[in-house]
Amino acid sequence: MSLGVPLSWLSEGVANHELWAIVLRTLQVSGTALAVSALIGIPLGTALALTRFGARRWIVALVYTGMGFPPVVVGLSVYLLLSRQGPLGGLEWLFTPSAMVIAQVVIALPLVAGLTMGAVESVDPDVRLLLRALGASPVQEALGLVAEARQGVVASLVAGFGGIISEVGAAMLVGGNVEGSTRVLSTAIVLETRQGAFGMALALGGVLLALTFLVNLMLMRLQGTPWWSKG
Amino acid sequence: MSAPCYELHDVRKAYGGKTVLAVDHLVVHQGETLAIVGPNGAGKTTLLRVLNFLEQADQGRIWFEGSLVPYPAPLHLRRRITTVFQRTVLLHRSVRDNVAYGLGLRGEHDERRVDQVLRHVGIEHLASMPAQQLSGGEAQRLALARALALRPDVLLLDEPTANLDPPNVAAIEAIIGDLPLQDGITIVLVTHNLFQARRLADRVAMLLGGRLVEVAETARFFAGPEDPRAAAFVRGEMIY
Amino acid sequence: MIGAVMTDKHSDTRWQVLPAARRARRLAETLAAALLLVLFASALSACGSQAPGTLRLATTTSTYDSGLLDDLLPDFEETYSVQVEVIAVGTGQALALGERGDADVLLVHDRRREEAFLQAGYAESRDPVMFNDFVLVGPPSDPAGIGGLDSAAQALAAIAGQQAPFVSRGDQSGTHGRELSLWEAAGLEPDPAGGWYFAIGQGMAATLRFADEKAAYALTDRGTFLALRDKLPGLVILLGGGQLSENPDPELRNPYGVLVVKASAGREVQSDLARTFAAWLTSLPTQQRIARFGLERYGQPLFYPDSLAWRQARGE
Repeated sequence: MSLGVPLSWLSEGVANHELWAIVLRTLQVSGTALAVSALIGIPLGTALALTRFGARRWIVALVYTGMGFPPVVVGLSVYLLLSRQGPLGGLEWLFTPSAMVIAQVVIALPLVAGLTMGAVESVDPDVRLLLRALGASPVQEALGLVAEARQGVVASLVAGFGGIISEVGAAMLVGGNVEGSTRVLSTAIVLETRQGAFGMALALGGVLLALTFLVNLMLMRLQGTPWWSKG
Repeated sequence: MSAPCYELHDVRKAYGGKTVLAVDHLVVHQGETLAIVGPNGAGKTTLLRVLNFLEQADQGRIWFEGSLVPYPAPLHLRRRITTVFQRTVLLHRSVRDNVAYGLGLRGEHDERRVDQVLRHVGIEHLASMPAQQLSGGEAQRLALARALALRPDVLLLDEPTANLDPPNVAAIEAIIGDLPLQDGITIVLVTHNLFQARRLADRVAMLLGGRLVEVAETARFFAGPEDPRAAAFVRGEMIY
Repeated sequence: MIGAVMTDKHSDTRWQVLPAARRARRLAETLAAALLLVLFASALSACGSQAPGTLRLATTTSTYDSGLLDDLLPDFEETYSVQVEVIAVGTGQALALGERGDADVLLVHDRRREEAFLQAGYAESRDPVMFNDFVLVGPPSDPAGIGGLDSAAQALAAIAGQQAPFVSRGDQSGTHGRELSLWEAAGLEPDPAGGWYFAIGQGMAATLRFADEKAAYALTDRGTFLALRDKLPGLVILLGGGQLSENPDPELRNPYGVLVVKASAGREVQSDLARTFAAWLTSLPTQQRIARFGLERYGQPLFYPDSLAWRQARGE
């Protein structure tokens, strides 16, 4: 169990079905959370960048606060929400992947919305005029601006994903690290470290790093011209 | 004269308390090329934005082909008008995709039309290049092609040849000059270049401090303007 | 360090006027940065070796969470004027810390692995300190009907037979080790994919919270359960009785041992201090203190002294 040969641990781990199950589950949970965050966060961030209304300032302040919110506090709030004594206790979602998705959405959504807002705001204001002059409807105008801001929007997804895939506090609190159900890479690393299996923990860390890298590569492919905004 | 394309009544626009446009009455005829001249800050660009229904006038009424236009203007109406802006803005896509963009917004995917206008403005060989890599002259041609691809009924041009070298100016003027004959397009051309107005326009209107001080047929405008300030402008004297 | 930086800031405007002075300022900045780097590096290396007079104790969560160490340690720290750093982890990690020389002395409860650790030469001694016991807790409705049983292995078999929810520490801790040997005794191997056996790889408190939320069974040491009982409204002791003497299953006895980590090449440990600590922990006065701990609050001791000195004093 010494640290000297983490590579052998890695190769041992690669043959390990539980490891692949954990990797798959990590992708499922964080992928779902990122998809939900993108579906809500990109339109929300775009709307905040392009419109001026009364409650906007408050929502922006809320989003910015959410961007710096400690994940473990998010985990605590979701825990209390879903606990049997909590308001949503009847769902019996605590210690299930659904609970983890909820917590991760709360963590990633402000990041996606806030950074999307910044990216769309920083698009040349004349582009907005150009899109209108070319005959864009309000929705097409927003889509066109998001497409122009795609570098920043993809960066917001990368930030959101990075914020949740490696997050451990909330995942542990609301997921419970149940073997075969809610154990993801980050909580598995904590577990292996606690058990003194430093080599395995390190190998899992490497897997997490590689996974994040691959997902980011895939996200960056989105920075090309997107299909939904082709002329 | 044919039926009016635009009719403007008492149109006012102010930014931060400063009036930039105060047009009591203006008619733009269908199929004509109207040049708007005047010094910097005269309100020319603002007038174009109002004509494209990109900006709402603070007061006044605008008729388009005899109908009063509300704000925001209906999309089908806006899509019959387009502007080539003074500052060329290119989308972060290929030259071809820039030209196809407006058609795409209308749900049209007409590759032949795109090729046609690219050839028309002489940049078909650059079609697959990223638009951001074009030179100034090429970018201006692209902006024109992007507008022409839409077959607009009204083309609003804001200093389309500013900052271009003489060969490019000549090429673009040749394209613009042909448009009314070929397609019956109504053109409103903002320019500070009196010679260009003379070469391209049927009528010339002069804006000064947001007000129209003279509107006349081109020959008359240059031969003997009624307004003394317009006369001074034509003679090339400072009137600011 | 901080003083130098502040002086630098104060003279900011004056220094910017003269080119020569600016050069001097740049030099000062470079020196300051280098100094910072050196300080940082030495701080890093200091992390590797602890200051003399500090003893690092790796122990299981139960001794720390129950408040026992907070009660005992001040006496040791005062008597020997040393600082004790407590790392409260599962037995598995405590042993791993000792193996790597990251802890000087261990207080753990997994007899089998303690012996293996001693055999492997990582510890120079192992002495019994105290014991308490494990109990099976669960929802008062007791769907598997383990309430009347007197064997933990039978109870686990009943739980598995009903596929009633059961929460396992699943973290290689001493408690987890005991749970596994009880399953073994029951001739069963629970399947984490079965949907009723939750191996959560967390500490005792988290495990009990989980069981409370899921209305599940769990194996816990009695002390931790008593300490957290108020916050676990959905759990009661179903097998183990009201106190240690009423526990029907001797297999649930939970002995703690103290291990002095052996120094060797690459593992610098405070062996002398660790030996002193082990001797103090097993001495009669400390053992008496252990016997009194928790009496007031819980009406029963949380740990029962068991050192050689204690047993000799009792004539055993």
